[in-house]
Amino acid sequence: MELLMQYIVTGLTVGSIYALLAIGFVTVYNITGILNFAQGEFAMIGALTCITFVNAGLPMYASIIFAILISATIGLIVERTAILHARNTSVIILIIITIGVSTFLKGMGLIIWGTNPKQLTPLIKMEPIHFMGAVINPQSIFIFIVLLILLAVLYVFFEKTYIGSALRACEKNPRAAKLMGINPSTMSALAFTLAAALGAIAGILITPITDATYEMGFLIGVKGFVGMVIGGMHSIPGAVAGALLVGLLETFSGGFISTFYSDAITFLVLILVLFFKPNGIFARASGERV
Amino acid sequence: MLKVDGVSTHIGKIKILHEIYFQVEKGQIVSIIGANGAGKSTLLNTLAGLYRPTSGTITLENDVISGYPANKVVEKGLSLVPEGRQIFSNLTVKENLLLGMFSKYYKEKKLAEENLTKILDMFPSLKKHLKNLGGNLSGGEQQMLAIGRGLMSNPKIILLDEPSMGLAPKIVYEILDTLMIIKEDLGTMVILVEQNVKAALKVCDQAYVIDQGRIIINGTRDEISSNPQVISAYLGIKSAGA
Ligand SMILES: Nc1ncnc2c1ncn2[C@@H]1O[C@H](COP(=O)(O)OP(=O)(O)OP(=O)(O)O)[C@@H](O)[C@H]1O
Ligand SMILES: [Mg+2]
Repeated sequence: MELLMQYIVTGLTVGSIYALLAIGFVTVYNITGILNFAQGEFAMIGALTCITFVNAGLPMYASIIFAILISATIGLIVERTAILHARNTSVIILIIITIGVSTFLKGMGLIIWGTNPKQLTPLIKMEPIHFMGAVINPQSIFIFIVLLILLAVLYVFFEKTYIGSALRACEKNPRAAKLMGINPSTMSALAFTLAAALGAIAGILITPITDATYEMGFLIGVKGFVGMVIGGMHSIPGAVAGALLVGLLETFSGGFISTFYSDAITFLVLILVLFFKPNGIFARASGERV
Repeated sequence: MLKVDGVSTHIGKIKILHEIYFQVEKGQIVSIIGANGAGKSTLLNTLAGLYRPTSGTITLENDVISGYPANKVVEKGLSLVPEGRQIFSNLTVKENLLLGMFSKYYKEKKLAEENLTKILDMFPSLKKHLKNLGGNLSGGEQQMLAIGRGLMSNPKIILLDEPSMGLAPKIVYEILDTLMIIKEDLGTMVILVEQNVKAALKVCDQAYVIDQGRIIINGTRDEISSNPQVISAYLGIKSAGA
């Protein structure tokens, strides 16, 4: 029972991190059709930039904000350089470009920050909480709360603002959106920037638990991607649910089978989902008039 | 005035439109009629900037609009209500309408409210659906929404691609009445593409017949209505459904 609770807490914690990446994935994918495999690198950039600022003596909150802004700017630069100029090529080529960008960013991370893992002190300094036999790291609660707040903010942004309605229009019917005067390229830039910022937040949040290295982005990114696919690739709630599931799956398989196989098991589930429920496990029939 | 000067369009390597010349004068409704695959939609899409013409120029009131992408063309005052309505089914009716003036929205929020009121007066049946999703409207309401959305940007000219498609005759006539209002009250030029030739000839001032990407006949409404070729090819058996 205690173990069960512990696995749930840990699973939801890593799952929340994957969820932030998954939101970025699904947003970029819905608006541009591109699977941005550089997504995970923004977790690395966010985390290491934040650590650099903290070590330089900046207050924690300022460091976090600067790190997010810098990561978002890099996301925008990536879109304006690597993606924009290739926009008229096939989606496959664009996806390969994002893999190239990912390798490049990781290489820059290696040059700037080296190979040593770096630490970040948690934002909230509290003793671990004991709850139903599980030991809960306060950072886990913090991560979960941040995820909930961001979901609320994103909901308002996408559903209640004008620019959010333009983004949804672009998702649904880019050609008609263009006829309204919406420039798809601006929306694409917006999506990449938003996704990079979310990636950075994920990286900064996980670092007090796992430390940060130049190569931390890959696995987080892939797990976020798996979460999005399991969640159906079309909605933020689906992507978040999928990512939380990936987190739980990982800790449970790590705990009951072996941590050695937990990644393999995650991918096995991905393959099974793609095979049996290619629209994601939360897909439901949706009627729509044409 | 809209002036189309020797416009050709290729899709891939195939030449779909062959040196099209025509113009729309201020205060006019111009009809473009033709069979399936004649190139009507290609022509409207080219005017709207969805295709870039491979020759010729398009001028809207002394402003060259050819060569610009669709999102710029609408800013310049040409609005296309595309074939099949293409409303955003996942957005509410109000959101759909407001997106119609995307390029002006942030600069002129007051105009947005004014235009919304104006459009809802024109299409009162949309009023009770403002908060409903566009995808849940009936076909006729969707067409009105598509036209309303196209008018939100205060265009100088509005292009309608087969607005009567799939609608009951009563609704078709409602829509034709609206076109007269657009022409007379708003002073907006109209290009109406129709397969329902009878309906089109009721409201237009000028008409052009397009066949295999070429304009083969043009004239005033009366000339076209009495043209023997038009009568046999477009008003004969085909008009049965109109
Ligand atoms: N994307 C495309 N790729 C290849 N050919 C196309 C494409 N779009 C249109 N065409 C061709 O261009 C020609 C004109 O098509 P268009 O859609 O303009 O006809 P239309 O007059 O609007 O017909 P309809 O009344 O059926 O809407 C057709 O022969 C069509 O096959
Ligand atoms: Mg057509």
